[in-house]
Amino acid sequence: MTGEPFLSVRDLKIHFPTDDGIVRSVDGLTFDLERGRTLGIVGESGSGKSVTSLGILGLHNRRNAKVSGEIWLDGKELVGASPDEVRRQRGRKMAMIFQDPLSSMHPFYTVGKQIVEAYRVHNDVSKSVARKHAIDMLGRVGIPKPDRRVDDYPHQFSGGMRQRAMIAMALSCDPELLIADEPTTALDVTVQAQILDLIRDLQEEFNSAIIMITHDLGVVAELADDVLVMYAGRCVEQASVDDVFHAPQHPYTWGLLGSMPRLDRARSERLNPIKGSPPSLINVPNGCAFHPRCAYATLNGGRSESERPELTEAAPGHLAACHLPLDRRREIWESEIRPTL
Amino acid sequence: MKKIRPLAAAVAVLVTGAGLTACNGGSGGSSGPGYNAAVNKVVNASDKKGGTLRLADSDDFDSPDPGNTYYAWTQNFARLYGRGLTTLAPGAGQETLKVVPDLATSLGTPADGGKTWTYKLRTGVKYDDGTTVTSQDVKYAIERSNYTDELQLGPKYFKAYLQDNTPAYKGPYKDKSDSGLKSIETPDPQTIVFHLAKPFSEFDYLAAMSQSMPVPKAKDTGLKYESKIVSSGAYKVDSYVRGKSMTLSRNTYWDQKTDPIRKALPDKIDLQLKQNPDDIDNRLLAGKLDMDITGVGVQSGTQGKVLQGNQKGYTDNPYQGFLRFMSLNIHVKPLDNIHCRTAVQYATDKVAAQTAYGGPLAGGDLATTLLPPSVAGYRKFDLYPQTYQKTGGLDAATIGKAKQELVACGQPNGFSTKISARSDRPKEVAMAQAIQQGLAKVGIKVDIVQFPAGDYFNKYVGAPKYVHDHGIGMMLMAWAADWPTGYGFLSQIIDGRAIKPSGGNNLPELDDKQINDAFDAAIANVQEAARLKAYGDIDEAAMKQAVDVPIIYAKALLYRPKTATNVGITLGYGGMYDYLNMGVTK
Amino acid sequence: MLAYIIRRLIGAVLMLLLVSLVTFGIFFWIPKLAGQTTDQLAAAYVGKAPTAQAIQDTKERLGLDKPVIVQYGTYLKGIVAGQDFKAGPVVDHCPAPCLGYSFRTSQPVLPQLMDRAPATLSLAIGASIIWLAAGISIGVLSALRRGSIWDRTAMVIALGGVSLPIYFTGLVSLAIFSYSLGIFPGGGSYVPFTQDPGTWFQSLVLPWVTLAFLYAAMYARLTRAGMLETLGEDYIRTARAKGLPERTVITKHALRSTLTPILTIFGLDLGLMLGGAVLTENTFSIPGLGQLAISSIGTGDLPVVLGVTLLAAFFIVMINLVVDLLYAAIDPRVRLG
Repeated sequence: MTGEPFLSVRDLKIHFPTDDGIVRSVDGLTFDLERGRTLGIVGESGSGKSVTSLGILGLHNRRNAKVSGEIWLDGKELVGASPDEVRRQRGRKMAMIFQDPLSSMHPFYTVGKQIVEAYRVHNDVSKSVARKHAIDMLGRVGIPKPDRRVDDYPHQFSGGMRQRAMIAMALSCDPELLIADEPTTALDVTVQAQILDLIRDLQEEFNSAIIMITHDLGVVAELADDVLVMYAGRCVEQASVDDVFHAPQHPYTWGLLGSMPRLDRARSERLNPIKGSPPSLINVPNGCAFHPRCAYATLNGGRSESERPELTEAAPGHLAACHLPLDRRREIWESEIRPTL
Repeated sequence: MKKIRPLAAAVAVLVTGAGLTACNGGSGGSSGPGYNAAVNKVVNASDKKGGTLRLADSDDFDSPDPGNTYYAWTQNFARLYGRGLTTLAPGAGQETLKVVPDLATSLGTPADGGKTWTYKLRTGVKYDDGTTVTSQDVKYAIERSNYTDELQLGPKYFKAYLQDNTPAYKGPYKDKSDSGLKSIETPDPQTIVFHLAKPFSEFDYLAAMSQSMPVPKAKDTGLKYESKIVSSGAYKVDSYVRGKSMTLSRNTYWDQKTDPIRKALPDKIDLQLKQNPDDIDNRLLAGKLDMDITGVGVQSGTQGKVLQGNQKGYTDNPYQGFLRFMSLNIHVKPLDNIHCRTAVQYATDKVAAQTAYGGPLAGGDLATTLLPPSVAGYRKFDLYPQTYQKTGGLDAATIGKAKQELVACGQPNGFSTKISARSDRPKEVAMAQAIQQGLAKVGIKVDIVQFPAGDYFNKYVGAPKYVHDHGIGMMLMAWAADWPTGYGFLSQIIDGRAIKPSGGNNLPELDDKQINDAFDAAIANVQEAARLKAYGDIDEAAMKQAVDVPIIYAKALLYRPKTATNVGITLGYGGMYDYLNMGVTK
Repeated sequence: MLAYIIRRLIGAVLMLLLVSLVTFGIFFWIPKLAGQTTDQLAAAYVGKAPTAQAIQDTKERLGLDKPVIVQYGTYLKGIVAGQDFKAGPVVDHCPAPCLGYSFRTSQPVLPQLMDRAPATLSLAIGASIIWLAAGISIGVLSALRRGSIWDRTAMVIALGGVSLPIYFTGLVSLAIFSYSLGIFPGGGSYVPFTQDPGTWFQSLVLPWVTLAFLYAAMYARLTRAGMLETLGEDYIRTARAKGLPERTVITKHALRSTLTPILTIFGLDLGLMLGGAVLTENTFSIPGLGQLAISSIGTGDLPVVLGVTLLAAFFIVMINLVVDLLYAAIDPRVRLG
């Protein structure tokens, strides 16, 4: 082990040149992640969080996408590596859990076969050994009678069971990095909690690093150690989960917190969504990309419209990209935002 | 579509090129025996025996059973595996209009003023099973082909001319008596005597039909006989599979000494049926076939290909024995007036009609007589001479003559009537349109009415009542003779006794006593020269009545591969090549 | 499963009955509605300028004078019990199942169909192997190299293949490969496999390729579209995320899903073609069912037309059954019942 972090992403850019212009899906992202830790990446749809995860796995469309920057995984750089080298890391060193387990599993193959396939591509074992492993994995993710369910097809599983099977498949090769892209969005609430518990338990067992991609801050609060807030392909705030929930620095994060549904609220009380919609990634607004939707952009004498704010340390280990002075932020958070939550 | 066109054009050029290359390759620049070389003389004359004659047909026989066929080419071809009492002379041109003895030792001996005809059979003629041909077999063949319900495809001339039994003879399948049809006598196995109901001097032509080819009664299987034909000719039928092929090989029992007309050159004859007509042409040009047996000419796409360069010398453009013409019904006003009919004779734009039918090559020559030049008795005349402008259309003088006749008819501004054509014959419809435009120039307005070919004569133009009720003054049709004499040609279309309630071919309904009598006198006359002159006279007499407008003597463009020997046009079988003595070079 | 197959087979018999009834109707009633009578049908079996008596005799002999429904009844009875036909001095027995007796060839229909079927079968199966192999591989390659020169060229050629008539491509290929280069025998050279396998093969190469060209073009386009759609599926992303080599992703995951809808179309195409590849058979003068059907329609030989129609319907029904069974085997979500 060197002193390097297990996963280190440096200035990652994923651009898609199109006829209408360049789509800057990810535009300079930097973060680190250690084994046994969980990073929550949050943001609205189209903020670039899913592209980031696909980029790390090397699953972006290679002919369409332009990728730059560095991704270091356990001492190996992946952006400049050959597709085949990245492929060999995929599934073994890093694995992914997708949002919709029904469409993410091949309808024509049994669940067992799909796990066996994932296992055997990285482990030179016989089919029967792989099958035993698959049954074992299904058992570990909490599927009852795994020796029978192993021969079922995905459509014969319930939604929660399918996601468990998906997790079993992702974990079949003991990956050290697990990326979960909205793993619970398609599930109902009680099942959501079970799946999150499962992921937490497995993390303890395997000591994996986890990137949890979600738009649901509740999930982040439940699971993450650190949080990265993305907006228009860039990081706008990055901190420990406590800091983000208790001393958020960016108006966008405030907005996300404000739009979070909460079980203890009365039903009649409406959610408080962020006004407007995320910008097109081809024409990202000048200055702060969030300024057209930001209630406080006018407080900076036009800086928000013209100058892009850099990530700066608001507190030790707490980064945010905003032109508002630190005390002004604190004041607004304490007086205007916090009481409404 | 736009994208495809240049590609299609390019490929078309490629095909033409490939076709030409293929034939250039073998010919070595020779231009062949010459255009129309086989029309009047036999080309590639040869006595070389052996080889396989490769033939193809785009269709199939109506039936290869000699007793159950009407097709001209079948009549021509059946002589390879059957011998009738007489046949049309093999060769080329006018000589093929002559009838010569085949199974008989000589032409028929008439007696009783042409009412009794006697033939003697050659001795030693054998079937392919080794048994001897007898006159009873000839009698049986005629009985089965003319008097049974089952064999309906062939002509019924024997039935029409022979005396019938009383009560009417029902044919050998129903009437099992030994005597059969009493008007055919077989006093001994070599002699056969026919008793006719009235004098008929051209009986030798009837005897040339394939129906006189002998059939042994014991081997007759009726409709199924076509697949088990007993051969009396130089070749036996090894197999016939409908829609696929027929193969012939030598009849080992055939004896050259009994047969002065056959050369029997190839060892084998292969006939492929239901072949793609365009592909047949390509195969002929590529030397993969020796003959297209259908005999109606190359496809329109091939015409250009064979007329250019050194291919032209391998083509012939003979008459096909057809007249395409327009009948004017003498009971539909105002065509009941001869002047109105004469106006139509002048005003019909025959050149435009010829163009509509495919031009001089594929359509034919402009006609002025009812008898085509390829029929015995043809005499050239032109009662209604027309002249055409260089730019197309009739000239002012001809138009003037037509208008003059209209005045004489009492219709100075023209009149209106209908013209009929067969809806499933697009060229005939095009012809009707061309005529319609021409007649409009003298004020004759015609509406085109179309009927399906299958019902044309039975229900429509051949049924006088229909024609009168619907006022169809002009009717397009085509006619060819069943035997190549003036009588064979004219008697069905201008003899008053050919008018029938339905299914008739005398469309003008011309019933002229002088013409009717002239037919009777001619056919009773055993002197051939006198008969032939009479046919020309009858033709002219009918034309004087202006009841039919002759338009074109049909022609076709035929291709004769250099691999075929003894190639000559037989007018007797309708302007195709004579297959009887055809051989191959290799 | 067995119950399902039996139920489908019973359905097939009912279906064939319906097809026979409809064909009968098309042949007899529709021309009647258009003003024709059976006289015209009978006239096809009598020579030039027939007499009314001859037509009447022929109608009686062929049974055309009877009501259509009676003729249909006789036909059905023949299938069960066989029938005798008078051919003049001999009687031809058509044993059960007697699919009628041809007016034109004076033979029972069924042996004729059996005689013709091998040619059509040879043509259809050979061509379908070529077009499946070519169409699918071109389609897959085009999808994988979407937008490349290869893809564009292949798709333009495919458009040509779909647009050009077989009659044309067939004659062109004969002109070039048979008559100019002499590589293959020309038209009309088909012989049964049992007679001479070598010539059988040689004579069929051009028809196979010509026919396959048309269909390969269609299948390439279908495969390409299906492949592009499948490649966008989540489970393909999953397969890649598992670290599977791209080849495995394409062949095992993407292709299998792409081929399922193509299988349905293929079943229909093959079924139709087994009833006679009319254009190809006519172009290359191959004596198959299609050629038989066309010439029988031309001569009004109803029993043969009916026979070919029924055989074609039978093939389509059978192949559909096979396709459905295969479908169930391929896609576990499909349940037979």
